[in-house]
Amino acid sequence: MAETPTPRVTYDFVTRAIARTLGNPGKGYYALLTLAVALLSVGIVCLLFLLRYGLGLAGYSHPVYWAVYITCFVFWVGIAHSGTLISAILFLFRSGWRTAVYRTAEAMTVFAVMTAGLFPLIHIGRQWYFYWLIPYPNERGLWPNFKSPLIWDEFAIGTYFTVSTVFLIMGLIPDIAAVRDMATGWRKKLYAICALGWRGTNEQWRHYTRGYLYLAALATPLVLSVHSVVSWDFAMALVPGWHATIFAPYFVAGAIYSGVAMVITLLVPIRKLFHLEDLITVHHFENLAKLCLLTGMIVGYAYCVEYFTAWFGGHAAERAAFWYRAFGPFWWASWTMIICNAFLPLLLWRKNIRTSILALFVISIFVNIGMWFERFVIIVESLAGEPFERFANATYNPTWADWGIMAGSFGWFFMWFLLFVKNFPAVSISEVKEVLPVPQRGKARAS
Amino acid sequence: MKLANPLTAIFHPPPTPGVLGVFGHVDAVVDAIGQLRKAGHTDFTVYSPVPRHEIEDALEQPVSPVRMFTLIGGIAGCAIGAWVTLYMSYDWPLVLGGKPIGSIPPYVVIMFEMTILFGALSTILGILFNALFAARRLGTVAYDPRFTNDKFGIFAPAETARAGPVESLLRGAGAEEVRRA
Repeated sequence: MAETPTPRVTYDFVTRAIARTLGNPGKGYYALLTLAVALLSVGIVCLLFLLRYGLGLAGYSHPVYWAVYITCFVFWVGIAHSGTLISAILFLFRSGWRTAVYRTAEAMTVFAVMTAGLFPLIHIGRQWYFYWLIPYPNERGLWPNFKSPLIWDEFAIGTYFTVSTVFLIMGLIPDIAAVRDMATGWRKKLYAICALGWRGTNEQWRHYTRGYLYLAALATPLVLSVHSVVSWDFAMALVPGWHATIFAPYFVAGAIYSGVAMVITLLVPIRKLFHLEDLITVHHFENLAKLCLLTGMIVGYAYCVEYFTAWFGGHAAERAAFWYRAFGPFWWASWTMIICNAFLPLLLWRKNIRTSILALFVISIFVNIGMWFERFVIIVESLAGEPFERFANATYNPTWADWGIMAGSFGWFFMWFLLFVKNFPAVSISEVKEVLPVPQRGKARAS
Repeated sequence: MKLANPLTAIFHPPPTPGVLGVFGHVDAVVDAIGQLRKAGHTDFTVYSPVPRHEIEDALEQPVSPVRMFTLIGGIAGCAIGAWVTLYMSYDWPLVLGGKPIGSIPPYVVIMFEMTILFGALSTILGILFNALFAARRLGTVAYDPRFTNDKFGIFAPAETARAGPVESLLRGAGAEEVRRA
């Protein structure tokens, strides 16, 4: 592999460098963890108020009954997508560079789906009835309506969470075994249980590598289907601004775009805190930036197509919806989205920006903001600007309960992520070794 | 009288006597595998920190049966998805605008998701069962913690009386360390 970092990166170096991340991470780590827990506490307090006083606390007003919670749901599902892209799709494409970053991306996927899954529950108002979504035999003989995209969504997200979790755990097993063989004391016992008896025997590798291949092959269509299904939550409805055939590919590209940006946002501090500069190099960041650029251009194209079809289709309601989007009371949200998502990433055409970690970090944060606003624009503005409902047009304003729970979701996500990188190998040990030159007698040959 | 715990027999099979060789280089391992196979050994275990095609090729093992688990799981998932949606639609009919009660196009989504879910879960079971069956067959074999770090290893089962030639074979192929287990 061309990206073999430095000659001193050997098998032993990789194991030790990654095992070191499980040691004392220093003050910076605990400061971040405290911040995450503080944000989560804010969210929990807001949620308790919401439970006590009902959805009136959220800023819903007719006709805007899907707002910040659904925006956050779509945002977090989107964040989840790049993890599986990097771990499964790039695995099938045999991209060597993914090995150093895929574990972080995959963990991010699992925690982002965990975060996303909370929002439909928050949004339904009576959280204690969430189990009505599950098709279970009940005394009234009722079943859910399988023609509803909301039920498809439940199946898609449930499957995605399960499959991405088992995929993460499968990838972890050989690495936990490597850590087990270095650890001492209670940690050795814990990792010994988690490693499920892994020893790297030929029989284990034979079944494992095959199984991993099939898991990747199953996860690849899954990742594309999940955000398509999420987009159909909107596209199946007749609301102008939602009812578009472009929605599935548009959402999938946007999801991968926001997810790659979040991977960059997370990797920059992780690499610094845990001293992983030898393993996660500028080369990896540049490749992530290229993925970001590609998906960002697809998203920019989708914006153009949306506006173009609204105009070219000639339907008065569609035209009105998009006019409202660009020049209505929420113009600032639409333009934040367009500038952050379609224009800012064009800077990534320049190699010196792609290879500057600081610039990438800043751009990735703006992309995250832009992608949150994209969902806000699609969901809230389409509802608020609905021409059929013009007479009822109320001004929608998110309330403190909306912002608080949104902040809490970031706290929840970062808390799990930080706990993960401290307690489990945050970079794949065995897969990083796979792209290193294998030790041979007398010579070292690249794989 | 104390009865043996059946789980102990499954998860901790009795130790197998034999010879363990520790290798630093993958080509030495490949040589040793070739020589062991030529000498008629079959059930030896090769340890490696990463999966290597050289080792796989030298062992010439059949393709893992995990793929059958994936296939059967996927087909079962698809069938379960179709059954769940159609059965439930007809059990509680929602009659709307003269549309079919059980309509396939929206159910394809559920069938697809269930295919992936059951396929993935049965793949995991396939890996676990197959690895467990192999461990049961081979017994508890000697191991060295360096095998997950940077060393390769071969464990060849051999009775104490017949361990000598195996030892010299592994040493001759380039083992850094050979010990009896």
